[in-house]
Amino acid sequence: MYEFNYHRPTSLEDVSEILAANDEAKILAGGMTLLPTMKMRLAQPSDLVDLSAIDGLSDISDTGDAIEIGAMVRHADVAGSDIVQNAIPALAELANSIGDAQVRNRGTLGGSIANSDPASDYPAAVLGLDAVIKTNKREIAADDYFKGLFETALEANELVVSVKFPKPKKAAYAKFPNPASRYAVVGVMVAETDSGLRVAVTGAGACAYRATEIEAALGKSFSTDALAGISMDAADLNDDLHASSEYRAHLIGVMAGRAVSTLGG
Amino acid sequence: MTTKVSFTLNGEAVSAEVDSRTLLVEMIRENLGKTGTHVGCDTSQCGACVIHLDGRSVKSCTMLAVQAEGADVATIEGVATNGKLHPMQEAFREHHGLQCGYCTPGMIMSSLDLVKQNPDPDEKQIREWLEGNLCRCTGYQNIVRAVKAGAQAMRADD
Repeated sequence: MYEFNYHRPTSLEDVSEILAANDEAKILAGGMTLLPTMKMRLAQPSDLVDLSAIDGLSDISDTGDAIEIGAMVRHADVAGSDIVQNAIPALAELANSIGDAQVRNRGTLGGSIANSDPASDYPAAVLGLDAVIKTNKREIAADDYFKGLFETALEANELVVSVKFPKPKKAAYAKFPNPASRYAVVGVMVAETDSGLRVAVTGAGACAYRATEIEAALGKSFSTDALAGISMDAADLNDDLHASSEYRAHLIGVMAGRAVSTLGG
Repeated sequence: MTTKVSFTLNGEAVSAEVDSRTLLVEMIRENLGKTGTHVGCDTSQCGACVIHLDGRSVKSCTMLAVQAEGADVATIEGVATNGKLHPMQEAFREHHGLQCGYCTPGMIMSSLDLVKQNPDPDEKQIREWLEGNLCRCTGYQNIVRAVKAGAQAMRADD
């Protein structure tokens, strides 16, 4: 690992100051991606800004029509939260399917979506549940947030503070995990929300995206039969040692079908 | 940049001057001399380095020592009491839950976290929980048996 300066500020204002003063600074949340990347010398931040001492980033609260989860809430805490289990059980299950127990004890919601790994699980929930990402500067709608491979709408010096998940009428997440890493080869969140039926896919493309063909088909008839005639285009999908793009295209339909079936369709 | 890092290790206050890039496992092994916590893969996959941080199992190769400032850290050295093996350690011995033994400290620290959350895990739950602990000897059958027996012995002790 290259050398860096370590900071553990106690307020978001201090974080902003450190980031503004250091172009090559990086934010450290759970560190489950950043630290391995630094150990391989694939990243060389001049400064690490650890968010763990900032109050108010680790809360889960029920705001009536939504639940709000702080950026530093660990996956294990989302999975084990009564609030999440009652309001959005699919989100608790998704959190419990990430990595392994020790990764879930450290990894955070904010870190995951700020990184936007194409194979991470949370982006499917954020997009599928029509969440709102609250940063230290503004609120960003999920539809405007995921921009590309490891790329989000977050600007320099902007960090995720919390994510507000509106309570869906129903939602289910189905995932085909890589058997070694548990990353999603393909994961699909199907949700009936106040803003309509949403189907979000992770693992298949450069970042999480909505499968509009599947949304349209399920809008006409919410059933696995409605998916029978749909074939996803493999052209822009990920193709790597874990799965070919054609296989991923196929898995999108299969995972969507499993989620729909869980929801009684 | 070096920093003084202090935390509680198995109930005792410890501290060391470390580089900001020093991993927690490096501080535990090299600065504090507790070598029971192993480094297997150094890529957060194998779980040989599992310790407890504020009561939860974590991989100490994927944490900086500075992140443990002020924390309550427990390693395999703190599991036995007064020279008597913990029931989970005893179960690993009894059921031959180790072959070369390299993964064992991590397996035990991970299993203790499981039993804390789920005092009576079934075989499937044990296997799922140990997802992050690899045994290169592939001795999983007896490890799972040992965890089940260890959990039972811990319930009996309560």
